Amino acid sequence: MEEPLPAWSLPTEAIDRIELPEAWPGQVTREWAWGGATGAGVRVCILDSGVETNHPLVGEVQQSIAVSIEADNVLIDDDDRAGDLCGHGTACAGIVRSLAPDCELTSVRVLGAGYTGSGAVLLEGLRWSIEQGYDVINMSLSTTKQKFASLLHELADTAYFRRTMLVASAHNMPVESYPWRFSSVISVGSHESSDPFSYYYNPSPPVEFFARGVDVEVPWLGGGRLVCTGNSFATPHVAGIVALMLSKHRELTPFQLKSLLYLTSSNVGGET
Amino acid sequence: MSEELRSAVAAGVLGAERSYRELLQSIVEVARAIFRAKASSIFLLDENTDELVFEAVAGEGSESLIGRRFPSSQGIAGFVLVSRQPLVIEDVLEDPRFSREVAESTGYLPEGLMAVPLLHEERALGVLEVLDRPTDARFTLGEMDLLGLFASQAAIALDLLQRARRAQSALAGEGDLSVVARIAEKLEQRREDDEGDAAAFLAALEKVL
Repeated sequence: MEEPLPAWSLPTEAIDRIELPEAWPGQVTREWAWGGATGAGVRVCILDSGVETNHPLVGEVQQSIAVSIEADNVLIDDDDRAGDLCGHGTACAGIVRSLAPDCELTSVRVLGAGYTGSGAVLLEGLRWSIEQGYDVINMSLSTTKQKFASLLHELADTAYFRRTMLVASAHNMPVESYPWRFSSVISVGSHESSDPFSYYYNPSPPVEFFARGVDVEVPWLGGGRLVCTGNSFATPHVAGIVALMLSKHRELTPFQLKSLLYLTSSNVGGET
Repeated sequence: MSEELRSAVAAGVLGAERSYRELLQSIVEVARAIFRAKASSIFLLDENTDELVFEAVAGEGSESLIGRRFPSSQGIAGFVLVSRQPLVIEDVLEDPRFSREVAESTGYLPEGLMAVPLLHEERALGVLEVLDRPTDARFTLGEMDLLGLFASQAAIALDLLQRARRAQSALAGEGDLSVVARIAEKLEQRREDDEGDAAAFLAALEKVL
């Protein structure tokens, strides 16, 4: 059996064994990053209000799951028929689909039981989604409750080390909320341009990237369409682009994905 | 609590609730004017019933809506509350379900709406909505920031309103705070007889807390 790759230290004789499967060019281009990619083979999870199945702008939804908590027990319904309770999850799924048409979409619904307990359901939904090993988790949700911060932080790090890229909406107000503030996730705010492939690296964190989030045409309930604005619509743009990158370069870790996003940002090396 | 102290606090609290309601009303009126919108409203989250309640409304449908309730996970306002994310819907292109649901929570059928959560410290207190701003101008992030500023102001007003209501219910002998009010009353009476022990106990309790 082949010796495992070094994990905790790097002896000189092991250097050859951590050679990366693909060398990056001196100048990384968008063409190299995702040129010709369709998102095929990449599993994207929409952690939100549910996703309407059979919406023409969303296409096939692989699975619909609902997470709830009753009497301290976490309930996972792996055949949720409630659809989308708001329209927002459908909108996010539609944006990801428009960028990465061949990706696999799964809906994990963590909304519906009201405000009370929503933080706990969000946490459990995220935990469950990370355990399933999705490649990308799109979450426009956050909590302001301090008591969930350290648990969410642990989950975000777990996702990062398991190669699940968490893409989360940043707040556009100076509010302490989680998990978007953690450095193991990609946090996304909005810019005003209408180009879905235009995204900017922000040299003044905590918001790391800006993507299209103003006047975005999105699918909504009942096969409908709306024009919406908000960071929660910028987030699935980045999730979609990450899905494209992963479908072309399967081996990329969250660290590498962030680096690649940076190198291909419109204000760094990417074409606008 | 002595009669004089009770009446002084009661006068302050009773006046406060009315003032804070006026402040909320003024916020929705100004929000409506600044955005040149048809209506604006503030919903307060009732944590006991997990419902959103109309607290202030300006413009269309304003008379009948105050006090009306709907589940906190419903529709746009519910999503904004739970997700803590503002949401702007500019244009309803095709909307088999959207209109009906939104009409239920706004009192009339808007073509577009802006909704922002009212956050105070780590709590989400409610939602501010602005309905039907003119669609001739493209929405900008500057307007989003403006909406956020209104939200901060409304959240402070809602927090004050809730405090005033809690103080009022404490004075009326209802709710958790009534226990604190009764202790204060007993200490006040005791001080009139013997200040030493009670003051020492209070100081020790304060230190522990």
